Amino acid sequence: MFEVVSNDVLAPSLHRMVVRAPRVAASRKPGQFVIVRSAPGEERIPLTIGDADNAAGTITLFIQAIGASTRTIVAIPAGGFLRDVAGPLGLPTHIEAWGRVACIGGGVGTAVLYPLAKALAAAGNDVTTIIGGRAESYIILKDELSAFSKEVLVTTEDGSMGRKGFVTAELADLMANPDTCPKAVFAIGPVPMMRAVAELTRPLGITTVVSLNPIMIDGTGMCGGCRVLVGGEPKFACVDGPEFDAHEVDFENLFDRLSTYRGHEAADCKLNRQVQP
Amino acid sequence: MTTPMTTKERLAIDRARMPELAATIRSANFEEVNRGLAEDDAIREAQRCIQCKNRQCVEGCPVGVSIPEFIGRLADNDLPGAARILQHDNALPAVCGRVCPQETQCEAKCVRGIKGEAVAIGYLERFVADWAMKNAARLGAETPPPPTGKRVAVVGCGPAGLTAAGELARAGHGVVIFEALHDTGGVLRYGIPEFRLPKAIIDVEVDRLRALGVTIECNVIVGKTLTLAQLRQEFDAVFIANGAGLPTMLNIPGENLKGVYSANEYLTRVNLMGAGRLADASTPIIKGHNVAVIGGGNTAMDCVRTARRLGADRAMIVYRRSEAEMPARVEEIKHAKEEGVEFLMLTAPVAILSAGDGWATSLRCQRMELGEPDASGRRKPVPVEGAQYDVPADVIVNAVGTGANPLLTATAPDLALNKWGNIVADGNGLTNIEGVFAGGDIVRGGATVILAMGDGKQAAAAISTFLS
Repeated sequence: MFEVVSNDVLAPSLHRMVVRAPRVAASRKPGQFVIVRSAPGEERIPLTIGDADNAAGTITLFIQAIGASTRTIVAIPAGGFLRDVAGPLGLPTHIEAWGRVACIGGGVGTAVLYPLAKALAAAGNDVTTIIGGRAESYIILKDELSAFSKEVLVTTEDGSMGRKGFVTAELADLMANPDTCPKAVFAIGPVPMMRAVAELTRPLGITTVVSLNPIMIDGTGMCGGCRVLVGGEPKFACVDGPEFDAHEVDFENLFDRLSTYRGHEAADCKLNRQVQP
Repeated sequence: MTTPMTTKERLAIDRARMPELAATIRSANFEEVNRGLAEDDAIREAQRCIQCKNRQCVEGCPVGVSIPEFIGRLADNDLPGAARILQHDNALPAVCGRVCPQETQCEAKCVRGIKGEAVAIGYLERFVADWAMKNAARLGAETPPPPTGKRVAVVGCGPAGLTAAGELARAGHGVVIFEALHDTGGVLRYGIPEFRLPKAIIDVEVDRLRALGVTIECNVIVGKTLTLAQLRQEFDAVFIANGAGLPTMLNIPGENLKGVYSANEYLTRVNLMGAGRLADASTPIIKGHNVAVIGGGNTAMDCVRTARRLGADRAMIVYRRSEAEMPARVEEIKHAKEEGVEFLMLTAPVAILSAGDGWATSLRCQRMELGEPDASGRRKPVPVEGAQYDVPADVIVNAVGTGANPLLTATAPDLALNKWGNIVADGNGLTNIEGVFAGGDIVRGGATVILAMGDGKQAAAAISTFLS
């Protein structure tokens, strides 16, 4: 059993949960994730470790409640317990001193991006952060990211905060100027966003890294459910990733595989609504 | 006490038949197929054993169960006596009585099998183990020996790890099992379906180990949460038994389509997570109308029979050799056929096709014929030119085998591996690192529960020697 130390709502259906998991806190590195199961009978859900406090023995998870199982997780209040937290899983992010980097986060991806951007800044990189969302209420961690970013640029689809449009518009501007063009780009967010970033940086050959979120069961390489095509080869996101060279990833296939249980999910959510008073 | 039976009387008894749930009923649920022998039948079957002086059956058993002895007690209606012998020799008798390939091990060596049918040793093991479970109070708890003060870490809670843990605890060592998944049993739980091995049986066997003082910590991934080096520092010895959990890809077009599963994923969803099996399970599974399972081993049989139970109209085995070469147990093949599974023999998959929406719709098959024997001694399947055809399939399960999972070994650079990534260990399970032992599938590649248990037992003996 893993105690939920705190559970805050950061944005609509996006929670920040601090969980007591001392062994994970001690061994985790940026880019890694945990598999969480809220209770017996529930799904195993992979969640990126947003932050960790080794002294307190806690890890921070950012959870977007989009399906029945993630909703069950975020419904657990501070003082409650998650039945299972296993990790850290996946390969840590490869951090090097690139010089100038752009870190791009979309929606809940911004939370996943946070530890990575922090580690890149700590390694001496000039970090320009671009975060995007549907509207102002979906823009998260702006202040936290500002603490170590040279600049934090915001885009919203409805123009309620920052520039109206997508993160790619800001990235295109950075790339257009040789003085601001990044040496490496890290993009984490919805698949269409990551694909758009990859297509933007591809012609200039800018190293671009994305963190993938395929359907996953065990997280240890056993089931192969999280296979993604990278450079035409099947890779398991849980053991070979979750970060990959964006220019090699088959986003089409990833996007498609992510829809596998959409029918089931709709049925589950409907059921949940029916049982709620 | 009646007069002991003569050998002639014993030889006159016919082998017991295992009562089974009717195929029409069982193919629509997950209830256990084999129902177990009734007490009278078990005792009569035990009386068939002629108690050979030369105990060939024991030689055929990877864990060396004292077979004639436990059967002798059973024949004399001394059930507690039989249970104690069995439990002493075998950490998981109720599991072995259900999933061991007895026909190629103990029973294959049975003298009675030369001129007739072997004693049903597996049925008897199951009967005694089940009796022991129901009568645990009467048998009394095992008393562990005085503690040696030595501590052993066991990596993996599958058959090898559980067996080693039981042996080590009985030797007085402190044992902690680290399990990566959220529940115990390893492949016994995620791999073997409920209709062959009910989860309740695993729970009871695991509880028996806990009662012996074994600690089990789930959600600890050695190689990630803790490293081998950390375990080596904290414990006096380590036994690695983390299994062969890495699916082999088919490497055919369409493998990433929706509806295509590895056997591990398919079985894990249903067995471990309860998908499609338990009413309150949140994990989904694509059930499929036409399910094609590729492979001919026990895992393939487990998948195809699971598919039937999930409601598939057509559940098919696709195997590139003929039925004679299939590695699955004869009983599993028989059960599958009774349950309406179709067998597409001499058939190799060449591609998985889609109608363009990302979902698998059919399996393109290549007709094969048998050529010369290959390195495995089996006749090698070769394609029949021009003989390709498509079979409708909306769920395709790849059950062609697994490889060594690199998760632990990747963070243990000093540990010697072979070219397949398996840990190199000697006959006692000793690796190249002092105090580190390994066994089960991570050493031998995908094998059987009982071979893994045999490894666990041998390694435990070697660890006890190392610690003393």
